[in-house]
Amino acid sequence: MLIFTLRRLNLFFFTMFLLTLLSFSLSFLFPGDQLVNLTGALNASDSVRDTLAATYQQDSNIIVQYFAYLSQVFSGNLGTAMTTKSDIFNEILRLLPATIELSLFAFFLATIVGIPIGFIAAIHHKKPIDNAILAVAMVGYSIPVFWLGLLAILTFSIQLGWLPSGGQMSLLYEIEPRTGFMFYDILVSSNDYKWDAFQNAFAHIILPAAVIAIAPATIFIRLARTAMLTVLETSYIKATRAKGLSFNQIIFRHAVRNSLIKVIQHIGLQFANLVTLAMITEVIFNWPGIGRWLIESIYQRDYTAIQGGLLVLSSFIFVVHIITDYIYAVLNPLARGAKYGSR
Amino acid sequence: MKTSPWLTKALSILSAPLVSLTLIGCNSDDQTIAKDSLIYCSEGSPVSFNPQTVTSGTTIDAVANQVYNRLITFNKQDNSIVPALAKSWHLTRDGKMITFYLRKNVSFHQTDYFTPTRAFNADDVLFSFQRILDEEHPYHPVSGGRYPFFQNVGFTNLVDEVEKINDYTVRFKLNQANSSFLANLATDYAVILSAEYAEQLAQQNQKSDIDTLPIGTGPFKLKSYQAGSVLRYYKHPDYWRNEVAIKQLVFDITASDTGRLTKLLTNECDVIAYPIAAQKIQENPELALEQVTAFNIGYLGFNTQKPPFDNPIIRRAISHAINKEAIISAIYRDQAQVATSILPQGSWAHDDTLVALEYSPSKALELLKEAGVKDGLSFDIWAMPVQRAYNPNALTMAKLIQADLSQIGVKVDIVSYEWATFLRRLNAGEHQSVLLGWSADHPDPDNFFTPLLSCKSLETGSNRAFWCDQEFDSLIQLALQTTNINQRRALYRQAQNIIQQEIPLLPIAHSRRFQARHKAVKGQLLSSFGGIDFSEVTKL
Repeated sequence: MLIFTLRRLNLFFFTMFLLTLLSFSLSFLFPGDQLVNLTGALNASDSVRDTLAATYQQDSNIIVQYFAYLSQVFSGNLGTAMTTKSDIFNEILRLLPATIELSLFAFFLATIVGIPIGFIAAIHHKKPIDNAILAVAMVGYSIPVFWLGLLAILTFSIQLGWLPSGGQMSLLYEIEPRTGFMFYDILVSSNDYKWDAFQNAFAHIILPAAVIAIAPATIFIRLARTAMLTVLETSYIKATRAKGLSFNQIIFRHAVRNSLIKVIQHIGLQFANLVTLAMITEVIFNWPGIGRWLIESIYQRDYTAIQGGLLVLSSFIFVVHIITDYIYAVLNPLARGAKYGSR
Repeated sequence: MKTSPWLTKALSILSAPLVSLTLIGCNSDDQTIAKDSLIYCSEGSPVSFNPQTVTSGTTIDAVANQVYNRLITFNKQDNSIVPALAKSWHLTRDGKMITFYLRKNVSFHQTDYFTPTRAFNADDVLFSFQRILDEEHPYHPVSGGRYPFFQNVGFTNLVDEVEKINDYTVRFKLNQANSSFLANLATDYAVILSAEYAEQLAQQNQKSDIDTLPIGTGPFKLKSYQAGSVLRYYKHPDYWRNEVAIKQLVFDITASDTGRLTKLLTNECDVIAYPIAAQKIQENPELALEQVTAFNIGYLGFNTQKPPFDNPIIRRAISHAINKEAIISAIYRDQAQVATSILPQGSWAHDDTLVALEYSPSKALELLKEAGVKDGLSFDIWAMPVQRAYNPNALTMAKLIQADLSQIGVKVDIVSYEWATFLRRLNAGEHQSVLLGWSADHPDPDNFFTPLLSCKSLETGSNRAFWCDQEFDSLIQLALQTTNINQRRALYRQAQNIIQQEIPLLPIAHSRRFQARHKAVKGQLLSSFGGIDFSEVTKL
């Protein structure tokens, strides 16, 4: 386990090095003044510029400049956004919880829908139900998420009027942002309309979360199906059958539990994938998360925000990967020997 | 096969979201909070909370009529000037001295950041105008020290002195008579700020807060603002004019026009700005589409200080080669009038005898030959990147013009930048021609001539044609010095004829401003001038 940890740390170090190097070099590659790109100080006065140039060691060689940049990044200074003039690090801290909340909800949805359906398909192996589920899963996996999002809005918001089309909650409710996790903030708030707000927020999250959940759910379907099929082939299942246990007893008492272990090994890895899907979906559903913020920054050519946003986001996804990897390794000693990316 | 407890459990977990979903469906109809709140989907974020410092229409919409009042204002029906914070005024015969008698017991907003101790009085008026006029004033340089509207109308040169007679009487002394002075004071820009609040901020050394955390006398007070997403107002409980019916006014900042339409259709917005798909809205029995004839002009401006457009014959040739009718139907969807002059037809000074230059490529070719253009002409058209009532889609308009001009062998390159950059480069005169427009701030015809084409506006930057004609300038100056409406009309006609001859810019269209709302929202929101006003809106 120690070697495993060291290996991950090593990987973490090098990836972070490359990430910061990339983000630093972006400030040179973007058009315009490199110092302005780095700090976001558009139209700054001369004195402000001089201070910034000193902070980032602009007079020294490029390696010193890189380390000056690095020390700023690690002290939480990613510069200010060119368009809004707000501190990028604070902005990201404010927006990231919304993305995490949405992703977790979608993840939950994908799990509780995908896995049972996968099991059902496996139980009806090579029957019409199995084929139908596989076909639908294939279609669901192939549909681009942004198109699906628009389709969902058109059907469920505009035509049927069941669910709101965007945003995190109706703007009429005033919930003080404490943590940024909306559901938690609503529950700890002291408003009279707390439960109305909670339901409203719940109605808002369903559509985007469902759209995000589709692609991972189809993967879970296939994972669960394969896992269940393998389990059903095993000799201990055959033994239960020989013992004369009923169908329900076989499936629920023996097969489901054993195949779940196999599935859980894999679903953690899907989370990072899901976060990227969430970022695209945020734009369509006007979700006030990090993805929408980053894509808007790109649209407005806010180079400082793009740089900072990319750095934080890629580190975030990377950290999520490492954590899921770690949890998996803790649960399953066999995985500890595997090198990163070899699986 | 009997059902196991596992299966029931799994089923109940699966169906939980569905059950709560139906619960929500029942609840959304009778939300109490929705009844006394109103959500307006606006097209962009305000850049400041002080209309004095801006010209942006989005900012005016968000701030001017919500947070502030003016001394006088326009009647929404007939555009006459009516009392507001001043209950009456008196103009001396020579037109050089104007005395305002102020309303008593008008209270300023009480908010989380300021509690007023006194009612509105002459000190507030003095402060609001001294800030603009007096360059030594401690608040003058705050937020950049630019007051574009006032600079355009030459306010500093016009006003000699603002004087406090007593707590409720203020006198303006002018250097010369100016018939548009009252109209200027009635615009959305001439708001009254709180002098007491300014004092408090000066003590805390937080002067710039005056333009970001506003205090005014208007129907709504600022609760919170998050740039780019939401602006929240609460009603001002002691508003002097009327009891405000809605408790909470929320601006949902939605830049995408399809996004605004969706939110209107799904009942997430009560009112939306600049709607698209007019027909879809009209078909819906719960929605209403309204329009007002806005006083505006969309034009193609020629940079008259740069070749090829320093030659008036070439300007005329190009004007003949552009098919305005096609532009009206394609870009404005027939919701606009072909412009013959820079003044809209509704203005009393509009010259009805003017006819638009006819669309005639052959005439254009002759003129080009006359101007001695031999081997094909080429130039840039700058198309503004934002959507405005006077020009809903400048880029497509530029493409139409490009196609029109290719017929007479003129090559056009279309240029566009992000809005702030676009304006900066335009100010520097880097363009050869530009598609832009102007929305009037008040009904006085001077509001078209002076900002767009006077020599003075060449310095303040709103004269994008960089055109300065002494004869034209003296005509519009003369027109300001008299109050005789017939005399003024005659002078403005002459001025319009000069424009027709010289063509520093080609007027294209006067458009209408649109807005869509749920029928439950009652009350007038739009007027021909200036920003949206929620003070008299009720919701059923």
